[in-house]
Amino acid sequence: MGKFNKKKDGGVPAVNTASLPDIVFMLLFFFMVATVMRQNTLMIKNNLPFADQVEKLDKKDLVMYIYAGKPSDAYKQYGTEARIQLNDKFATVQDIAAFIAQERASKREELIPFLTTALKVDQDANMGLIGDIKQELRKVNALKINYTTRKGNVFDRR
Amino acid sequence: MAKRAAPEVNAGSMADIAFLLLIFFLVTTTIETDTGISRKLPPIEDSNDDVIIKQKNIFTVLLNGKDQLLVEDELMELKDIRKAAVEFLDNGGDGSCDYCRGKKDPASSDNPDKAIISLKNERETSYKMYISVQNELVAAYNELRNRRALEITNGKQNFLEMQADYDNVNWVGNKTKLKEKIDQIKLEYPQKLSEVQ
Repeated sequence: MGKFNKKKDGGVPAVNTASLPDIVFMLLFFFMVATVMRQNTLMIKNNLPFADQVEKLDKKDLVMYIYAGKPSDAYKQYGTEARIQLNDKFATVQDIAAFIAQERASKREELIPFLTTALKVDQDANMGLIGDIKQELRKVNALKINYTTRKGNVFDRR
Repeated sequence: MAKRAAPEVNAGSMADIAFLLLIFFLVTTTIETDTGISRKLPPIEDSNDDVIIKQKNIFTVLLNGKDQLLVEDELMELKDIRKAAVEFLDNGGDGSCDYCRGKKDPASSDNPDKAIISLKNERETSYKMYISVQNELVAAYNELRNRRALEITNGKQNFLEMQADYDNVNWVGNKTKLKEKIDQIKLEYPQKLSEVQ
C-alpha cells in the first residue's frame, strides 16, 4: 500500500550550503577592515630583524618612515649594496634632510616635536648606512627614532 | 490565469563572488608592523666641555665588523650580555643605592644613576646584530625596573604592566599615582645608553 512506501534509498543527502555565502562574507569583512593599504611601494628587500623589548608606535600620522635595504629583485640594476628609500624612490643620505623638512611642513606646527622617525631597515644591512642616517637626522634635529622590528625572540632565528 | 509570484533570484553564485573578493583582500593584506625599539639621538652640540666619568662607571660594549662582542675587554656571547649588564647596573658600589642587590664591588659601577653603558659599533656590523644587542641591553634595564616595580607594589605589578596600564584608556585607577611610581622607577634605574660615533 502506498502509505507504507519505503523511503527512497538515495544515499547521503546533500549538505545544505545556503549559509556558505554568509561565512565567506564574514571573512571578507574581516579582511576588508584589517587591510591597510601600503603608502609606499617597497623597492627594497625589507626583512625586519626580531626583538622582544619593543614598544608600540601609536599615532601613525606622526611617524615618518625611512626604508633601507638591498634593492629587491625587480630593481637589480641599482646594485646589491643596501640603499635608502624615501617615499617611492631611492635616495641618498643627503636627501634625508629635505625629506624631513617636507614631512614637517605637511604637519601642524604644534605636532612637530612629537614626530618620530621609524627606521625600517633590512636585517642584512650594515651599520655604516644606519650611522649615516642617524648623523643626518641629528643634523636636522629629528631626534626621536624607532628601529622597527618584528616581535620575536632574538635567539631563535640565528 | 492566477497571478504568478515573482521568481526567486538564484543566489547560488553569491558565494563565488564573495570568494573572489575575499581572495583579493587576502592577497593584498599586509599586516603592518608598528612595534620597535625607541631611542633618542643625542643633539649635536658645539661646546666640547668634557664630562669626566670614572672608567669603572662605564660598561663598554664593542661590536666589530664580524659581529663579535667585546664587553669590558672580554669576548662575550650575545646570550651573556644581559646578565653582565644587569650585574653592572645593579652593583651599587658606593652604597648610596639601597634598592640595589648587586655585589657592591668597588671596582664596578657606583650606583645606577652613574652607570653608563657605552655601545660602539663599526660600519661593517650587521643591523641584525646591532638590534639584538640593543634589545638585550634594553632587556637588562627592563629586568631591573620590573624587579623594582614588584618591590614597590608588593608583587602585584611589574614595570611593563604599569606602563601598559598607563597607556590603556580603559584602565580604571589612579593614573597620577601610577605615573608617580613609573617616574620614580625610571629615576632609580635611568636608561643611560650612549652610542659612540
